[in-house]
This record gives sequence, C-alpha cells and structure tokens, in this order.
Amino acid sequence: MDNELLCELYEKMLRIRRFEEEAARLYTERKIGGFLHLYIGQEAVAVGALSVLERQDKIITGYRCHGHYLARGGSAKAGMAELLGRATGCVEGRGGSMHFFDIENNFYGGWGIVGGQVPIAAGLAFAQKYKEERGVTLCFLGDGAINIGPFHEGLSLAALWGLPVVYLIENNEYAMGTPIEKTFPTEDLSIRALGYPMARDTIDGHDIFEVRSKVHTAVQRAREQNQPTLIEVKTYRYRGHSMADPQQYRTKEMVQIHKDRDAIELMGQKLDSLGMGTKRANIENAVEAEIQEAVKFAEESPYPDESTAANYVYV
Amino acid sequence: MESPVPSGGTSSPVSEQVEMRQIAIRDALKEAMSEEMRHDGSIVLMGEEVGAYNGAYKCSKGMLDEFGAKRVIDTPIAENGFSGIGIGAAMCGLRPIVEFMTFNFSLVAIDQIINTAAKGRLMSAGQLKMPITFRGAGGAAYQLGAQHANSFEHWYAYTPGLKVVCPSTPYDMKGLLKSSIRDDNPVCFFESELTYSLKGPVPEEEYTIPLGVADIKKEGSDVTLITWSKNVFLTLEVASALEAEGISAEVVDLRTLRPLDEEAIFTSVAKTHRAVIIQEQHEMSSFGAYISHLISTKIFDELDAPVGLVSSLEIPMPYSKSLESVILPSKDRCIQAVHQVLR
Repeated sequence: MDNELLCELYEKMLRIRRFEEEAARLYTERKIGGFLHLYIGQEAVAVGALSVLERQDKIITGYRCHGHYLARGGSAKAGMAELLGRATGCVEGRGGSMHFFDIENNFYGGWGIVGGQVPIAAGLAFAQKYKEERGVTLCFLGDGAINIGPFHEGLSLAALWGLPVVYLIENNEYAMGTPIEKTFPTEDLSIRALGYPMARDTIDGHDIFEVRSKVHTAVQRAREQNQPTLIEVKTYRYRGHSMADPQQYRTKEMVQIHKDRDAIELMGQKLDSLGMGTKRANIENAVEAEIQEAVKFAEESPYPDESTAANYVYV
Repeated sequence: MESPVPSGGTSSPVSEQVEMRQIAIRDALKEAMSEEMRHDGSIVLMGEEVGAYNGAYKCSKGMLDEFGAKRVIDTPIAENGFSGIGIGAAMCGLRPIVEFMTFNFSLVAIDQIINTAAKGRLMSAGQLKMPITFRGAGGAAYQLGAQHANSFEHWYAYTPGLKVVCPSTPYDMKGLLKSSIRDDNPVCFFESELTYSLKGPVPEEEYTIPLGVADIKKEGSDVTLITWSKNVFLTLEVASALEAEGISAEVVDLRTLRPLDEEAIFTSVAKTHRAVIIQEQHEMSSFGAYISHLISTKIFDELDAPVGLVSSLEIPMPYSKSLESVILPSKDRCIQAVHQVLR
C-alpha cells in the first residue's frame, strides 16, 4: 500500500475524530441542540469502506452520520455549521446532527428511524441498476437495526431482485444501552444473510486494511454481478449512545480494551515507523486548523432567516 | 406544472355536448398510467399483483405485456420494503408508482411515506426530490370488516410535504392521476373498491387536471355540500332528494385534500350561507372537522347557521351489513343535517 494512501486514510479518520471532539465540547456548552450521537471509535469503518467506492456510488446511513458524511468528502465547515443550526450548514439548519445530506457527493443522508434506510438503500440501488449506471449503494446501519421489520423487507427484496447494494452493520455492541447479547442470539450477525439469501462477511472494524479489502470484494460483487452482501463490522464506540448517555451499562476497562487498538493511533504509529513522523505532524496540524476554522465559521454564521421557514416543503 | 400534452381543463365534461365514450374507473386509471409511461421511461409501476395478475382490481390490465417486467413489477407482500424501494428510486431519478392493494395495508409502510417521502426534501434543504405516487383503494366497500374498511386520507393529509388526491369520477381519476405522476412531490392517490367498475365520460385525447382545484359537481343556491372521493355520488343523490323538497344544494367535490382549494369552498358558502360536510372518516380529529374550522373562522360573517358535519360513527367497522350501514354516512343522515342547517 502506498504511503500517500496511508496518509489520506489517517487524515480522514483524524478529521472525524477531531470534528466530533469539538462537537462534544460545543454540545456541553449548549451551542448544539437536540441529540448528538458520536462516531468516535468507529472512524476506520467509514473511512475504510468509503475509500474503495467510485464517484457514482451512493452512500446512505442512519442518524450517527457525521463520520460517513466527512469520509465521503463533506465539508467540516458545513457540517459544524449544521450542528449549530446555521444557514451555512450542509442542509441549511434543517437537519441537525442526525440528518446530514450531501447529494452532490452522493451522500444520501442521515436518517433517524432505526432501520428505515434499509429499503431506501435498496431503492437507490434499484434505480442504479434500472439506469445501468454500474453504480453501487453502500448502506450503513447499526446492530440495533437488525431486528426491525424494514431490515428484513429491504434485504429480502435486495436479494430477490439482485440489487447492487452492500449492507454494512456497524456492530458497536450496544443498541443505545442494550448490549448485543440481549438482542441477538449468536455472536455472528452476518448469519441473517443466509435466509434471503445473500453473500455475507465479517470484518474487524479496528483494522482499516481488512475493512478496505472485504468491502471492496462486496462492492465488486454488487457492481459486476448485481448481488447484494451483508457485512458485519465489529467495532466499538468510545462515547455514550448520545451525549445524554451516562454509560452505566459498561465499565471504563471495557472501553479501554478497544481504545488500546484504536485505528487512528495504530495508523499514526505506522506512519512513524515508516519514517513519516513529520508528515504525520503536518497532517495533525492541518486537521486541527481545519476543525478550528470550521468551529469559527459555524459560530460566526447566521441562523436561517425566519422568512425561509417554509422553504423546501414542496418542489 | 409543465405539461407535454394539452390540458383538458378542470371541469368534468358534459357528456351530452359531444358523443364521448364512457369508460370504467379501472380503465381510466390504466390509461393514465400507460400514457404517462409511454411519455416517460423513468416511470415504473410496482406493487402486489400489478403484473401477471393484471392488478388485484384490474387497474393495470395488459400493462405487463406492454411495458415488460422491468417496468411493471410484481412485489412480495412487503409494503414497507417496496414503498421504501420506490422512495429510494424516486430520490435517484426514477418516477415510481407504488400500488397498495388497499390503503389499509399502507399502515405498515406509513413510516416510509411520512418520515422519508414527505420529509426528505426539507431535511435535505431541497437537495432531494421525491416524484412518487402511492395509489390504491381506500374506505369502506361491501362488508370488508374492521381491518379492510378504513378511510385514511386525512392521516396523510395531516402531513406537510405530501399531496393527497381523492377523486370520484372516471374523468377526474384519469386527469388527476396523470398530474400526480408528473408531480415532483410525493402524492397519495385514493381510489375505491366500490367504484372501479363505475363508468363515465372520458375523452379519447389526453388531458390533465391540476392538483388543488375543487370541482362544482352540481350548482345550487340554498346550501353547500362539501365532500370528496366516492361520497360525491352519495352527496349527489342527497342533492337530488333535496331538489324534490325544493331545496337547491350545491355540491363541492374537493378532489384534492392537500393542497386544499379553500377558495372554492369559501366562494360557494358565501353564495349559500350554509354548509354541510359529508365524509367517511370518524368525526374526531377528521378532515371534515378541519374544513368546518376553516369556514367558521375565515368566513364566519357569511354563515347563517353552524356548519353541519356528517361522519362515520366512532366505532370500528363491523362486518354485518345492517351494522355497516349504521356506521357510514347515509342519505337520511345527510338530509337531516341539511334540514338542521336550514332551520
């Protein structure tokens, strides 16, 4: 793997991490309203998976969406402004944390009803196949989404109709505060694929190289054969479900086990060991400046004008 | 709205004027879909039994043969799944028509319709558009029982971002369905099991009817009867019976609940000074109650009597014929309500 790519992956993961650390700070300062679901700890999944997509491929996800938005090239300034509810936000203050969109980059949002995006993803893939675009849809969902009806209906139709879609379950071990062992009877979530049936895989989400190679295989299966895949990525979020979560369901030691394998830290060490310590420092400085600029931009941006409240209800 | 073919105006044709053919509503709907699909390759029809079975109510008869399985798509029984697929495809440049065998079954898809289709445009600040039509039968028919006889159009009409169309005649069905398909917003289009075979004049040439324009189905001067969907036919019967008593009733067919043609309601009531709304919904939290509120607040000075409202009773629909007819608005109850406002 070439060094430039390593740097790019490092930069993208770090951008998400720093973006969200700042968001958490702004939330505690009450500058961000509503819910704030952080992706911290899971960055290698979004960055690794999106790094193997092509320009015409589409991405859709649930409400924990900052990471996917940024990994797809969404602007940190527009993202931060959105969190602060400003007119310069990526959806002009209409969405907030859970509903980022960037259709120009084929990022189809940010949806708040658990599992609701699973059939929608199949619909994006349906249109891609109908129009013969050789495009693929990558759908992210959490482990909390695999027991709800639309998950089953979406996967069932994706398999039946041979749609070019890859479903990627980010198993961060908790559906809000409920551990996975209380919601699923075995350790392998990908076995859900067997009944539809569709191809399946399991990935260690701390290993960005494994994420890249296995997602690439699934994406090729979609692109070349119009066959869907269900992938379980075993990952972990270091923060609570949302900022309101006191995390009484786990110990600090349980979190530390995963922090010890932190993908960003591992990539940083890899850059150091390859003699790219200076390059690493430059990336860190540049990301820091970018995030600080994003915060400044967001805080200085105007709120949406009241006269625009009725915009975007109808075409 | 841009229209590649000439519009046929907004009023129902008078069949005596020219020798116009008479076709059934199911054929009017099929013509609307087929004509639009010939114009626009991005339109697909999907739903249970729409293809090989020719539609549960034969509204898509022959369409699989004409357009092929790529565009006329039989689905498994999975309303949330195929509604979501339709919505996703609409976001991505297609213009799907999703058929619910009946709107009773749309409840398992209502999250997709309301939380995804209706809100996606706002949530994305206009980056998404949702050109999708959900269509199917709604309301009571002959003894369908509690779970298959729901009249749900007001549930959808509650939701900003959706358009809700409730036509009655074959002419209106065809013209409004074509406009619904061409609309870039999500549209819920309500039909009725009871009227699929009902025939009426429909011209050979193509036409559209704009959404949001009510139609005066009968002119009158003493009282305004406001209704929509198949209750237009009940209301016309009521108006005939009133005519025999010397009461001249005007029948306003809303045709579209959202957007609502408030002006047509106000103009008629300003003429008659009395209004009765006839609806199949239960009264509490209903669309008729909203119209009554509009009239009572916006043109209060025009009213000579409180607004009348005839609704279904507050009881889930039982099976037996004798009980069903107690629940639904009847001719007698409508006439009594008119007498009340004329007192």
